[in-house]
Amino acid sequence: MKKIFAAAWLVAALLFIYLPIMLLALYSFTTSPQLGTIREFSFHNYVTLFTTPELRKMIIGTFTLAVVSALIATVLGASGAIGAFYSGKLSKAAIHGMNHIPVINADVVTGFSICIFLIVVLNLNKETYIPLVIGHVVLSAPFVYLSVVPKLKQMDESIYEAALDMGATPLRAIVKVILPQILSGIFSGFMIAVTLSLDDYFVATYTKPATFDTISTYVVNATKGAQTNIKTALWALSTVIFIVVVLVVVIMNLMGGKEKDRYEEI
Amino acid sequence: MKIYFSRKNLCIPYALFLVLFVIAPVLVVLYYAFTNGEGQFTLENLVGFFTSANTIGTLIYSMAVAFVVTVLCLVIAYPVAYILSKSRIKRRNGLLILFIIPMWINFTLRVTALKEVLSAIEGNLAYYPFINTVIGQTYDFLPFMILPIYTTLIKLDKDLEEAASDLGANDFRTFLKVTLPLSMPGVISGIMMVFLPAMTNYVILDILYNSTYIMGSLIGSYFSAYNWHTGSMISIVLFAIVFAATLITNKYTDIDNAADRGAML
Repeated sequence: MKKIFAAAWLVAALLFIYLPIMLLALYSFTTSPQLGTIREFSFHNYVTLFTTPELRKMIIGTFTLAVVSALIATVLGASGAIGAFYSGKLSKAAIHGMNHIPVINADVVTGFSICIFLIVVLNLNKETYIPLVIGHVVLSAPFVYLSVVPKLKQMDESIYEAALDMGATPLRAIVKVILPQILSGIFSGFMIAVTLSLDDYFVATYTKPATFDTISTYVVNATKGAQTNIKTALWALSTVIFIVVVLVVVIMNLMGGKEKDRYEEI
Repeated sequence: MKIYFSRKNLCIPYALFLVLFVIAPVLVVLYYAFTNGEGQFTLENLVGFFTSANTIGTLIYSMAVAFVVTVLCLVIAYPVAYILSKSRIKRRNGLLILFIIPMWINFTLRVTALKEVLSAIEGNLAYYPFINTVIGQTYDFLPFMILPIYTTLIKLDKDLEEAASDLGANDFRTFLKVTLPLSMPGVISGIMMVFLPAMTNYVILDILYNSTYIMGSLIGSYFSAYNWHTGSMISIVLFAIVFAATLITNKYTDIDNAADRGAML
């Protein structure tokens, strides 16, 4: 009885999460402009998605922004975490506190305040993409920092000291000894940074160049617009992203899963 | 001259970055909130916030929305996290992935999918603004409630539960007296990750053709009207709310839980 209830609860929650995405995926392969009306099978949404220059520019722009801002965020956040880890109590607390502000703050407040500072006060031109990239780094670097810190805590400090005793310079010891031990934290920090940038709407909308769109800002504009073919092409985009995400997540967990299983069973 | 390299100096670029792009913007917004168009100090914006029926009404409405969304997320997420944490390791990882995948799909696309379903059911979305807001936000934020509770439950010492049942407590009593209290840090983290976004994420409302306002919408509309001073005051009030909530809950939550957003890896 208990087991049946548990299974039913999980299934219901999964249905709530996946039913809209699945229905949209199903209808993305039809000529129907709305759910509920059944029309004939068609790939036209996918043709529109991959042949409309505006859509292609928006998708490539979103991913370029995500990778560039995530790389900067990873370098800054990871080096900040290493530095703070070895700093005195006071500077460590200061960095930790500052790092926590974008984490807890509402995204709309973060976006608004960066826009006021960079564009209204410093008069930086939005069209340079500089405010947008800075905004996304502010959004994601703190999460890189947070995913590196636990790895530093788990690290075996004596290996670093041994490297120094055997004649390595501190810089070389960091690259050869510390970095490999926290690499998984840096990598997951980078991935979080990418997803945060891809998922962001608020920072982008306040700091982006007028003619540039990310997926989020584009979708929000499209829902207000009346262009049906663009609206349904976004259903195709949602389906493609869904399939890619499922593949990536499954592959990554198959690769990392085996080690984790062994670790957890001990 | 020899330049000494020290490990702790590695944090200098990041510290400068934080001062410049996190602290400075907060200070600038604070300055704007307490000045008027001529740059003179004023409490007008602060007084205006608490005396305007519009802002106070919106604040109360957003808190009501956020409260309902948070409770709903908790009611759905706690059993999910609990069931997941009790299932066998092999199946657990697979199931967990299913609940994490939505976090990787752009939220505007997911809410658009929900909008199409709701439109097909309701016809005109404008008839049920409150219900649609609650459904939309619950839909979007649910994974952020499941993950922190799950991570707390999974770390929980199983021996304590066994001890409770050895000492004669039944399953329900064990849950109520042992599991639930010990999982509170996860619950509080989850509440923190849902309540504030529910007060501010106005894009979900926009996509659902909602004409009601939450706190985030106010910032958006003052921004569009080039009214930086009033917009800044609303930002400061929101910042104060989060800051206070963080100070209060800080000792109950594990700070590393903030990285739960990325616990998928």
